[in-house]
Amino acid sequence: MAKVVTKSAREPMFHVAKRDDLPWWQAWGIRVITILISFLLVGLLCVVVTGQSFGESFEMMYSGVFGRLFQGHTTMLWKYLQEIAILLSLALALTPAFKMKFWNCGAEGQALMGGLASIICMIELGDKLSYPVLLAVIAVTSIIAGAIWGVIPAIFKAFFNTNETLFTLMMNYIATQIIAYYVYIKGGGSNVINPVEAGNFPSVAGNDYFVNIVVVTVITVLMYIYLKYSKQGYEIAVVGESQNTARYIGVNVKKVIIRTMIISGALCGVTGMLLVAGKDHSININSVGGQGFTAILMSWLGQFNPFIMVIMTAIVVFLRLGVAKVADTALLNSSFSEIMVGIVILMLVGCEFFIHYTIKFKQKKGVVA
Amino acid sequence: MKKLIALVLCLVMVASLAVGCGTGVTNTDTDSNVKVGFIFLHDEQSTYDKNFMDAAKAACEQMGVGYAQKTQIPESKDCYDAAVELIEVDGCNVIFADSFGHESFLIDAAKKYPDVQFCHATGTQAHTAGVKNFHNAFASIYEGRYLAGVAAGLKLNEMIEAKEITADKAKMGYVGAFTFAEVMSGYTSFYLGAKSVCPTVTMDVKFTGSWYDEQKEKEAAQALIAGGCVLISQHADSMGAPTACETAGVPNVSYNGSTVAACPNTFIVSSRIDWTPYFKYMIQCVEEGKEIDTDWTGTIETGSVVLTDINEKAAAKDTAKKLDEVKAKLLDGSINVFDTANFTVKGEKLTSYKADVDTDAAFEKDTEAIENGVFYESKHRSAPYFDAEIDGINLLDRNYG
Repeated sequence: MAKVVTKSAREPMFHVAKRDDLPWWQAWGIRVITILISFLLVGLLCVVVTGQSFGESFEMMYSGVFGRLFQGHTTMLWKYLQEIAILLSLALALTPAFKMKFWNCGAEGQALMGGLASIICMIELGDKLSYPVLLAVIAVTSIIAGAIWGVIPAIFKAFFNTNETLFTLMMNYIATQIIAYYVYIKGGGSNVINPVEAGNFPSVAGNDYFVNIVVVTVITVLMYIYLKYSKQGYEIAVVGESQNTARYIGVNVKKVIIRTMIISGALCGVTGMLLVAGKDHSININSVGGQGFTAILMSWLGQFNPFIMVIMTAIVVFLRLGVAKVADTALLNSSFSEIMVGIVILMLVGCEFFIHYTIKFKQKKGVVA
Repeated sequence: MKKLIALVLCLVMVASLAVGCGTGVTNTDTDSNVKVGFIFLHDEQSTYDKNFMDAAKAACEQMGVGYAQKTQIPESKDCYDAAVELIEVDGCNVIFADSFGHESFLIDAAKKYPDVQFCHATGTQAHTAGVKNFHNAFASIYEGRYLAGVAAGLKLNEMIEAKEITADKAKMGYVGAFTFAEVMSGYTSFYLGAKSVCPTVTMDVKFTGSWYDEQKEKEAAQALIAGGCVLISQHADSMGAPTACETAGVPNVSYNGSTVAACPNTFIVSSRIDWTPYFKYMIQCVEEGKEIDTDWTGTIETGSVVLTDINEKAAAKDTAKKLDEVKAKLLDGSINVFDTANFTVKGEKLTSYKADVDTDAAFEKDTEAIENGVFYESKHRSAPYFDAEIDGINLLDRNYG
């Protein structure tokens, strides 16, 4: 029954309420407008900081991402797609775990271990195996290495209920130190492993990143199907919603946790392989470069939907490369790019809040609330 | 109303993107046919990169050429991609990269763009790679370290005279990045410089395992001071060690540039490589269509090895005068930094030393570096290769990365 509010000193100025689901087009309208406003804001900040005009700032951003595409130079575009592919593949790897509410913060370490497996194969087996066999061995070992690094915290979580966030984070440090040690052994004190010729992914039509991009495209589609249409995908969703419900309907929760983390770790391992065999042909502790953490945000912003993640990673990578160009051209500090990406991500996270919640302001007294 | 604003914003976005299509970026409009592209590992927050960035700006302005830069480029294929961007988007025809690990990726780019010149600091592969448009450069910074070491030795002498310490307590501390030739050559020459004026000096060395880690460098300096070191120097790129010295009131011989602003009471002097002469040489060669040296070594004479102003407040009296004397002797060749008469290894004089000069996977010690009783550093290639552990220097730990 409605109550007449007379006078209450305690009533707050506003309160937050969960709102009913918006129609999809309204929700997407809010997102698109947020993206546009955030780009506008980034553009304005570029203008303020660099003293260029608005148009020049975006021109610079464009050239930092696409280069001189219309003059027939496609290298930069491929680089852009490659950067998207790596970040996306890490986000995809994290998604099944996140959907299960298993907070895998260890993409960095799992990818490094996959990369380590690749570089070991390239160095030790490069002259012993034929090229196709070598590639197959690289793929299998990288997947296994990543999966092992992912499944260890999962086993502890499933059987001892350890905190997976801390566990996976700690595993990152161990992976980093293992890489540092390996670089020391193979780098001979110079701290650098020179690129290895054997076991590199082939370049297609003069393009080194083609294979990486194709692999990630395939993973994107498969992940979508796996999560949406497979029985395992459904089990993941149920375990994520409520472990008790899952048990009630006969899902073996331990098994699902372990299986899902094997998949998550294995896909991180694949990313490590893409970075080592498909890009650097070498490894160091910065090979993944913190993208394992950005990927967490990408997975969330993509609402665990692989295709939305494509859009989100494309936006974030565009900003990262584009604003870096603005900063470099204006001889600015490179943190500028990170700040801009941070602003946009914050705004995107903020807009999700307004899609799911509404703010109700205090109404005038005497009005039926 | 809101929708209208949103629509306008959309249009602005689209319009600005359309404007952006396909124009290159130039920093300066000049007559020169040269445009230099610089690839830096970090940005100006690292003293190492700042030293390169300042020189890049100075050289390009003096020569009147345009330049573009990419900062925060890791030692990976990203270096290759950055070079491609600088060439294709910014139209650069000389590319320079400043970090050791950039080298192999830069060589790949050099193979792809044979008409563009590629120059690389601190690298080792140019003299064996056989890529005509790829060049290495470094400087005989050991001479600068030696001079800085002389300034340190004079300070120790002053402390001994003032009875602050006894001669046998004259122990210096050194914060190094990694246990390899570039750092080892640096601290050994620093030590030999100090020893040339203060014969009883000894030195402890600690490694951080990172070129740039302010906290670790600070902690290493503090540990050295706690261990009885009365003067600190460093070969790492942050302000960690200098500020630790200022807090503790311990004199500091710095590197890469003056830290006097942050450390007015303890900064003595700093040695550094000035890259401006090399950049100007590189630009001039391209302008005139001449070959750039495959392996260029800057010296005191070329103006590449320099000392900053001496901080009279912390330095010993007459340091400047003495340094000028020693500098003259280095220039005329009457002093050789690594003269085997001045140091021993495990109690014995070195008569032969094989150094790893040519890059190979097995790190073969391939070249005899000692001639006529002198270890000739930076002669067989520009990047340092002195990595003997001499008596008097005590390595407290090792860190190979």
